[in-house]
Amino acid sequence: MHSSLWLTVLVWLPLLGAAAALLARRRPGAPYAVAVATASVELALSLVVAVLYNDHLAGAHTFDFVGRWVLAAPFGLAYDVGIDGISLLLVVLTALVVLLALLGARERRSEAAFVGWLLMLTTFTMGSFVARDLLEFFIFFELTLVPSYFLVAHWGGAQRSRAALKFFVYTFAGSAFLFTGLLYLGFLHQHQAGGSLTFADAALASTSMSHATAVWLFVAFAIAFGVKSPIWPLHTWSPLAYAEAPTAGSMELSALLAKLGSYGLLRFAVGLLPLALTTVRPYMLTLAVIGIIYGSALAASTPDLKRLVAYSSLAQMGFVTLGIMTGSTIATTGAVLLMFNHGVITAGLFLLIGYIERRRGTATIADLRGMQGPAPVLAGLFTVVMLASIGLPGLSGFISEFLVLVGAFATHAWWAVVATIGVVLAAVYLLWAYQRVFHGQARDVDQIPDVTHRERWVIAPIVAIVVVLGVFPKPVLDRVTPTAHQFVESVTPAGVNK
Amino acid sequence: MSLTIPSIHYLAILPVLILFGGAVVLLGLTALVRGALRTSVATGITLLAATGAFVAGFFQWADLDRHGPSTTIAHAIVLDGFSVVASAVVAVSLALATLVAHDWFRREGVRGAEYHVLAMATAAGAVLMTQANDLIVIFLGLETLSIGLYVLVAFDRHRGASAEASLKYFLLGGFASALFIYGAALVYGATGSTNLSTVSYFLGSNVILRPGLLYAGGALLLVGFAFKVAAVPFHQWSPDVYEGAPTPVTGYMAAIVKVGAFAALIRVLISALGTQMTTWRPILWALVVLTTIIGASLAVVQRNAKRMLAYSSINHAGFILLGVWAASARGSAASLFYLATYAPVVVATFAVVTLVGGPGDERHTVDSYRGLARRQPWLGAALGILLLSQLGAPLTTGFYAKFAVLAAAVDGGGGPLALLALLGAAIAAFFYLRWTIVLYAESPEGATSIPVPRATALAIGAGVAVTLVFGVWPGPLATLAQHATVLFTS
Repeated sequence: MHSSLWLTVLVWLPLLGAAAALLARRRPGAPYAVAVATASVELALSLVVAVLYNDHLAGAHTFDFVGRWVLAAPFGLAYDVGIDGISLLLVVLTALVVLLALLGARERRSEAAFVGWLLMLTTFTMGSFVARDLLEFFIFFELTLVPSYFLVAHWGGAQRSRAALKFFVYTFAGSAFLFTGLLYLGFLHQHQAGGSLTFADAALASTSMSHATAVWLFVAFAIAFGVKSPIWPLHTWSPLAYAEAPTAGSMELSALLAKLGSYGLLRFAVGLLPLALTTVRPYMLTLAVIGIIYGSALAASTPDLKRLVAYSSLAQMGFVTLGIMTGSTIATTGAVLLMFNHGVITAGLFLLIGYIERRRGTATIADLRGMQGPAPVLAGLFTVVMLASIGLPGLSGFISEFLVLVGAFATHAWWAVVATIGVVLAAVYLLWAYQRVFHGQARDVDQIPDVTHRERWVIAPIVAIVVVLGVFPKPVLDRVTPTAHQFVESVTPAGVNK
Repeated sequence: MSLTIPSIHYLAILPVLILFGGAVVLLGLTALVRGALRTSVATGITLLAATGAFVAGFFQWADLDRHGPSTTIAHAIVLDGFSVVASAVVAVSLALATLVAHDWFRREGVRGAEYHVLAMATAAGAVLMTQANDLIVIFLGLETLSIGLYVLVAFDRHRGASAEASLKYFLLGGFASALFIYGAALVYGATGSTNLSTVSYFLGSNVILRPGLLYAGGALLLVGFAFKVAAVPFHQWSPDVYEGAPTPVTGYMAAIVKVGAFAALIRVLISALGTQMTTWRPILWALVVLTTIIGASLAVVQRNAKRMLAYSSINHAGFILLGVWAASARGSAASLFYLATYAPVVVATFAVVTLVGGPGDERHTVDSYRGLARRQPWLGAALGILLLSQLGAPLTTGFYAKFAVLAAAVDGGGGPLALLALLGAAIAAFFYLRWTIVLYAESPEGATSIPVPRATALAIGAGVAVTLVFGVWPGPLATLAQHATVLFTS
């Protein structure tokens, strides 16, 4: 077993970096340098953790790097970390996206504050993914709101205040359900097991409860995670927030914070309340499928590129929910992989949209037209990332969507059939948008430079991941599958066909 | 006729004695000194008295450790962990508010020690309420607290709003006091005593066949308290009074009235009327829902920072009531914890509002805060943190305070109620955040930076430090609140 110190450093290092960046704010350029250095170290550390991760530990299920400290016993507050195959990918994703956001979407206005919030957000996101305690997760989950709120409210577009407020209040209201639910679950456990209040996952999972209780708690959890994820019909904050956020903010929101929702749904709603599954599954699957079709339809009709990615995220997260709620090992593996892939791909798309905005000053599709001629490399990069998002075989999006759909077909064929239409629709809206943005004749061709060297290098890792995971996903699947299998075992009652 | 003097345990009433003593000494001093007394002397004496009351708490705590909780003066005064912590909160609020008021006096050119005398007297009233084990003593504390505050609210003689607010507060407050004492009389009629433990004993050992008198009395007591803590629908006075009162006074009263009134309310409901729980809990249920949700909703539409904070304070009252609703040791401890964390934060928040209000205490629109954090990063960040704490963001004490009361409510079977209260908090998040946006917005042309005098800075710093330090490390405060239980629980 590896030391939990690794994770502790992963969680708190960005916060130290944020403090250092703020202290260095008087010197121009220094905060940015500190932030980039911190994020690079963070990414390196997360990769080391990913390589070291060992899922064959006795008695810890598939968790590694485990450590637990009780901080305030009366509150049941504990610092409890550890990662398994489900959180591992998201930890790497967190470190990757923040570095790319820093490198590719630099904001020069009040730079120290900008990088400070961004690094702080990394700490809280990282903390959520490594938390093995429901209350600890909730605290980190809530804390992510503060930096993301400020990122949107200060560096966003024209309607940034409204977008940030809507985002915050929606998520905060959703969290109310989660908070009440987790308190209820904690006390239920305390009354059964005696001892002091605890919110440790392993302890809560052993709570016995009536079927009705499990369903109510599941609904409460699902509302909170459904807002964040987003799951239709709780998604209405997301197009505005994604569109108004600065590029780095959109990347963080869609690539990471949305994953907090689906991760929470998988780890806590499904993981702690398996009893509710038989009842809620058809409803959740239906919502997921509606999200897929509805998100795709709106993505096709929206006039703004960022909103397009927002709606397409709604559809993609629908696939994730589909995989999570299907509950087979294949579908769960697919859902976890899709969380990672969607994170990488939307981060790439927002980055590229950021490049386009930088050149044309707008992300309105109708105003762009004809970028392919003057910027062929940009068009090529966009094509690769877009095709991955569509799910073209050979690129990373395919394998995860495939796993989800295969898993869903086996047990819930009709939902899978309808969801498959979403794959076709994705091709429609993305290719159509591509045509309108890159084909045709631009008005002011001379003013559109192609991507610079720096911009190419920033997007390169994303293209590399998209291609490599598309043809050779084995190392990643090897890390996810044991956990997914073990997880599905633990939430499926005996005698049910997996 | 001979008068029997009941035995007095002086340590139990030491904080009250110190605070009253401070007021009397200061009053005497103003009479003896030629001309007006210097503000710094008055401030010094007030701070000394507040520190004394706070330190007395340590001795009381040590006494509790050795001998356990006790009552004195014919069981009218109680010394238990709950009263010690609540008194300490009053003392801290007094000290912080005095620091803020000190600079306010300088700025407004007001001299004299009347403010300080009244502040100490009101604090003594509040402390008395936290220790009262008799409806009459509660009334005594309530009136000492209220009458002093009526004058303090009217303290800014240059502004008509101040006098108007005072009159409004006086009329409605007097009305509430009358309801309270009438309720006490009815409870006396129903149970034969005004002593909380005797009432509790009577209700525990007798079956009341016709409970009408008792219910009417209990209801009137509850209405009296609801007026004082500004629970919806008895909240109408509070926005006007908060807005009209001199800003340092607003912060002070927001803190100590809540501490005193809630401490007494908890004793009345939990100690005396604990057996009637099934009757009063549904009423409190409705009060909690109305107070959290309506308080937050009305705050959203305010344009004036002080009014907004008034409604925010109503919203907080709803959360504290939630702990009372739980009707358990955990619930009372949670309410106390909430008060202990809320009091320094609200005093510090109003300290910032005092500074921004500027000479004449005039600039209180939310727009006056535009770009404050850009011009003065420390002041802006401090207000931002205080607002986030009131919002209940993790890593601030506000989070644990909400956690504690919600946990108590859920534990007491109030899942739906906790959820409704939390949705109220989500509405409240809206206006706290809108305020922080304004703080960090672009600074308008010609905006000047606000002078931050040292004493006020100290008070703000203390409030921020409390909320951050115990926000990251809530253990000690939580343990303290857990041990600070009410003596008589049924």
